Amino acid sequence: MSGSTRVSRKKKGAGLSLLSVMPLYVFTLLFVLGPLVYLVVLSFLEREEVWGVVNRFTIKNYLSIFEPIYLKTFYESVKLALVSTSLVAIIGYPFGYFMAKLNAVWRKRMMMLLMVPFWISSLIRLYGWIIIFRANGTLDWILMGIGITDAPLKLLYTYPAVAVGMVYALLPFMIFSVYSSAEKLDWSLVEAARDLGATRWQAFRTISLKLTLPGLLSGVVLTFIPSMGLFFIADILGGNKVVLVGNIIQEQLMKAHNWPFAAALSVVLMILTSLMIRMYRLITRVKDLEGLV
Amino acid sequence: MKNRTKLPNVYLAFILVLMYIPILLVILYSFNESKISSVWGGFSLKWYEELFRDKALLEAMVNSIVLATVSSLSAAVIGTLGAVGMARAKLRSNGIIEYISTLPIMMPEIILGIIFLLFFSLIGLPFGMTTLIIAHTSFCIPYVFILVKARLAGMDKSLVEAARDLGASEMRAFLDVTFPLILPAIASGILLSFAMSLDDVVISVFVTGVNTNTLPIKIYTQLKTGVTPKINALCTLMFVITLILGLLSVRLSKVQNKPVKSEKEESL
Repeated sequence: MSGSTRVSRKKKGAGLSLLSVMPLYVFTLLFVLGPLVYLVVLSFLEREEVWGVVNRFTIKNYLSIFEPIYLKTFYESVKLALVSTSLVAIIGYPFGYFMAKLNAVWRKRMMMLLMVPFWISSLIRLYGWIIIFRANGTLDWILMGIGITDAPLKLLYTYPAVAVGMVYALLPFMIFSVYSSAEKLDWSLVEAARDLGATRWQAFRTISLKLTLPGLLSGVVLTFIPSMGLFFIADILGGNKVVLVGNIIQEQLMKAHNWPFAAALSVVLMILTSLMIRMYRLITRVKDLEGLV
Repeated sequence: MKNRTKLPNVYLAFILVLMYIPILLVILYSFNESKISSVWGGFSLKWYEELFRDKALLEAMVNSIVLATVSSLSAAVIGTLGAVGMARAKLRSNGIIEYISTLPIMMPEIILGIIFLLFFSLIGLPFGMTTLIIAHTSFCIPYVFILVKARLAGMDKSLVEAARDLGASEMRAFLDVTFPLILPAIASGILLSFAMSLDDVVISVFVTGVNTNTLPIKIYTQLKTGVTPKINALCTLMFVITLILGLLSVRLSKVQNKPVKSEKEESL
């Protein structure tokens, strides 16, 4: 391994390597960065009367967001996101935590059991909830069968139905995040705390919870962000009764044809998203989201 | 002590059962003779028969399979070449390109759909299969790239060096040493991408043309307008397909020395 052959080799290899990164560079710049830049530009352009865009700079699109009707939608979206995220955290945290305590064989099995529903089309899973929630559906059948209720609940197309759909779709993100940080937890620390006289709750609060906090927070981010945009859950389980930012964006784009406004809404949603990730990094001082890769 | 260990397990089992109930109901009702899904009319395969007579649905299914195949294979080529090239040529711009290229799975799906819709109409690309393929390739690339990159990082670099010292050309060393070693990662990336593409509805809704339907789009519109039990049969079929692909992907990732866990979380 003489130094000179190394250098010449590296030079020759560099050409090939450059060639091989080219497709990724070109695709990324053209089809990811390009569209993103255009989105931002468009959000500052004026809208033509009926259809299309005028090349004139304006910040009107951003100001429109502050109109009460849109502000209310943002508020509703954030509220639903908060409700679903909290529910997901309450249900998912113990799940991920308990799962990490299982033995290796069962951990693997649980992993598989969790992954399978996740692979299935989200639409199929939503459809299952329609079967459950609709008038005279499975839930009504059970409740009326036991005699708890005597008329159909008509839960489909209500706020709770949408919340359940959201929780159901997003729960695995939380479980995986919590699990991946709980798995790394050194349980002997908990034992030590117990030996030193801490109660189970004290040991959990001061050690387990603190060390799994990055997982919990990462799960919160992974749940909160998509829940703002999952318009099809609100669409299918909420009818037209639950309107989220995602629904407005879609409506402005496909029906009202107000593209600049849809662009502005998207930019705001994106900024909110990256702010959350930034906040997460600040709090936990972790670069990557726990359990993401 | 026994009571203590039991309660968490009951909880785990309870939540798992809740997770599976909606899926099992869909499968169960796909074999239901009765048209009304709240009534059980006996076992029947008639919805499967009707499904295979529905030309529009079958066409959508073919579209979906073509789309998933082309997108996942394009992503495999672009992603693999990119990961391999970046590991060798340490360009200063690599970091930023890597960041931008993984954005499609980091941002809310709806935004990815919107930026493509706007961009394609800007450059005047007619909406249809082409636009679908570009959009789907964009969110498939990160899966392949991340998996291959992780595999390359875990690889013993002295193997390639040895091949080169023994006189193999750059190309030979790649084909004979590196490629076989990263092949499981590529394959698992392809399968994952295929499954994600087959499942995508949010992005597809925005970038598809009037005449091009994919299966998820078709299901989505039916769920919104009116559902026939054919959808149950269709969902069950798709469930079986994704299940097989998913299991294959897990098998393949087990071949790698570094287990690739929880890949699907990236599907943000």
